[in-house]
Amino acid sequence: MSETIKIKRGVDVKLQGKAEQIYADAQMPETFALKPSDFPGVRLKLSVREGDTVKAGTPLFFNRDREQVKFCSPVSGEVAELVRGDKRKLLEVRILADTTTEYVDFGSADPKTMDRDAVKEKMLQSGCWPLVRQRPYNVVANPERSPKAIFISCFDSAPLAADVDFVVHGMDKEFQTGIDALSQLTDGKIHLGVDSSANPSSVFTSCKGVVLHKVKGPHPAGNVGVQIHHINPVNKGEVVWTLNPRDVIIIGRLFLEGKFDARVNIALAGSEVLKPRYYKTVIGTNIKNIVAANVSANNNRFISGNVLTGTKIKPEGYLGFYDQQITVIPEGDQDEFFGWINPGFSKFSISRTLAGWMSPNKKLALDTGMNGEERAFVVTGEYEKVFPFDIYPVQLLKAIMINDIEAMENLGIYELAEEDMALCEVVCTSKTPVQKVLRQGLDLMLKELGD
Amino acid sequence: MKIFKNLLESVKPHFEEGGKLEKLYPVYDGMATFLFVPGHTTHSGAHIRDGIDLKRTMITVVFALIPALLFGMWNVGYQHFLALGMNETVTFLDQILFGATKVVPMVVVSYAVGLGIEFGFCIIKKHSIEEGFLVSGMLIPLIMPVGIPLWMLALSTAFAVIIGKEVFGGTGMNILNPALTARAFAFFAYPAYMSGDKVWTDTSLEAGQTLVDGYSGATALGDLAVKGTTHLSPMEMFIGNIPGSIGETSVVAILIGAALLLFTGIGSWRIMLSGLLGAITMGLIFNAVAPYAISPEQQAFMAVPFWEQLLLGGFAFGLVFMATDPVSAAQTTRGKWIYGFLVGLLCIMIRVFNPAYPEGVMMAILFMNVMAPLVDHYVIEANIKKRKKRIQVKTA
Repeated sequence: MSETIKIKRGVDVKLQGKAEQIYADAQMPETFALKPSDFPGVRLKLSVREGDTVKAGTPLFFNRDREQVKFCSPVSGEVAELVRGDKRKLLEVRILADTTTEYVDFGSADPKTMDRDAVKEKMLQSGCWPLVRQRPYNVVANPERSPKAIFISCFDSAPLAADVDFVVHGMDKEFQTGIDALSQLTDGKIHLGVDSSANPSSVFTSCKGVVLHKVKGPHPAGNVGVQIHHINPVNKGEVVWTLNPRDVIIIGRLFLEGKFDARVNIALAGSEVLKPRYYKTVIGTNIKNIVAANVSANNNRFISGNVLTGTKIKPEGYLGFYDQQITVIPEGDQDEFFGWINPGFSKFSISRTLAGWMSPNKKLALDTGMNGEERAFVVTGEYEKVFPFDIYPVQLLKAIMINDIEAMENLGIYELAEEDMALCEVVCTSKTPVQKVLRQGLDLMLKELGD
Repeated sequence: MKIFKNLLESVKPHFEEGGKLEKLYPVYDGMATFLFVPGHTTHSGAHIRDGIDLKRTMITVVFALIPALLFGMWNVGYQHFLALGMNETVTFLDQILFGATKVVPMVVVSYAVGLGIEFGFCIIKKHSIEEGFLVSGMLIPLIMPVGIPLWMLALSTAFAVIIGKEVFGGTGMNILNPALTARAFAFFAYPAYMSGDKVWTDTSLEAGQTLVDGYSGATALGDLAVKGTTHLSPMEMFIGNIPGSIGETSVVAILIGAALLLFTGIGSWRIMLSGLLGAITMGLIFNAVAPYAISPEQQAFMAVPFWEQLLLGGFAFGLVFMATDPVSAAQTTRGKWIYGFLVGLLCIMIRVFNPAYPEGVMMAILFMNVMAPLVDHYVIEANIKKRKKRIQVKTA
């Protein structure tokens, strides 16, 4: 094991409602969905129509510019509805699920005996490919390129995050097989980042063919982008791939059992959840049965993902493709009388302008209030406190705002994904929509320069 | 608070599109958001946000200025009655009341003129009102001598807001610190009211009152620049019961403000610390080379112990409240160290070398405001070079 990577800049926002390590039962919902918005930068083309029957592993849509990248149904059933938004933009492909899932048989195989193209082909066909994402741009990996390394962060440091060690428990074999497959895809190494303060699961520590890195520090230490930056940063012209541990397991199952088995374990957390627990479910699940009767009756926000980077969904919405948790927190839509001078005992701040500094370990029930209005950049040095990269965040954002591609490149945009700057957005006095701006920059770069 | 809510709701239709006062919507919005932080919820990106906003940031700085303001009020009265030789007979309350009658109108004029112009610009540009002037409006009276006529103060404020800030695009876009721009304007437009030894004390006399024989209202810095010595002791300079601009004299009051700024994290400790180091460095250099100065006055000024230089003039006030203005200071971490150090260094250098204008801190900060983007530019270039080198190392 190599030296511990120490992350100093960052902050752990302490929230109420951490999931207890028990699996609760929830009835399988009738519908599942894939959401094209989970795949930024991809131009999609549908390959099914309403009423078609599909199996788990049947392609629902594919990348118009790179047809081998297919996005497959996680369950078997019937294509129930194609939900469209403004300008007929495709929002969801909903599947009415069978009671027992039928899988497309891709055939089991030992990745160690396969060559690179065969492994790639199998992953592309089965719908496992979109689980692999690449930096730069944090989009579905381009299968035509070979990454200089593959990074997997084996812990999640975000507020109320699912305990990765808990959710992968007992899946040593699947994980190892997934790693064997991935190691065929790169000439470089596969890096695993584990939490130095915890006792990492044997799934990770006994895994062969990888380099383990201990990472220590506050969030965003668990972000794969931070780990890449400190282990082997992405330079211009280079590409690395990233995966979540659960995605490695899904890939492992493909090679062991020959099917696209998108079962995942997720956490339900947040201050408005009555009994925060873990659930066994499938990618793209409707969250209705999971949250039903388990959240307060207040005006709540349902988030697929964590409070920093997740997506707002309806109480009967669908779990995002990459998300590993559902978070429920109160909406903060109340006007606040002289709110800017309130002591704010129950609010979070990295400054000491609110009374919250007196109880740094108190777990808060934060709501979704903006706590102010959007302003021009005024305060400086704020982002740097929570941004453990050797990159100038404000200057980069300004370069993006004026569409200066050369400056973005020089300032290091290739290394970043939205999640890496999420804390900057949280602490911003001027309430700048940091993640949105960064995504605009990444999309522009992708459009102009290609992946 | 329900009353306010209802009031706001009842007048709102007039300010909305189609209403009679549609054009004044930014003013309505400013008032409404002043009373109630609007219940906007996060719509993109992170779902939770820090409790801080620009209003809170600005009001924290205003709080930090209050000790200097209150001390300044008392000191205006104290200096007045000192000049009249009446301090034995008047009470503390008399002193503070006299000071208040002089200082409060200045604060009111500064806010009225500045906010008036800001509102006007917001109406023209259809922007929401930004909070930057909350601090500038308090700073401006505190860095002026008490003797300045109110119309000059008004004109300086107007100049600072229009030329110093709004032409660049408003809060967050300005290059120079607006309050110092106001002072610089007043200094160059009306030097007779901004320097010398007559302006720092209010010597207006009522019937039957006379000035004490041999009274001098010169500041310590003015004395040192001209004569090389001052009758004021370091302790007096530290406490602040000496002539000077309203808010600048009391190092104690300023330190209380600095403590608040540093504790809350609003003021940059890097700029304050490096500014202090810069001033000490220059002070020590002067101490070392003092015997070689041209004139005996300058020799004496240079020989002033370096720590005493820190108590003189507006150095403390400027460093704590003006050099740390995040908009006009350097914005990168390394840049802040360089910027602060040079502010301190230049401040002491200008005050010693420029007998015509011994108050170096204003010029030092304004100069470094202009230079800050350059400092940042080179700091960022270094970062870019480092990143490019990373590729070269690999390909080599």
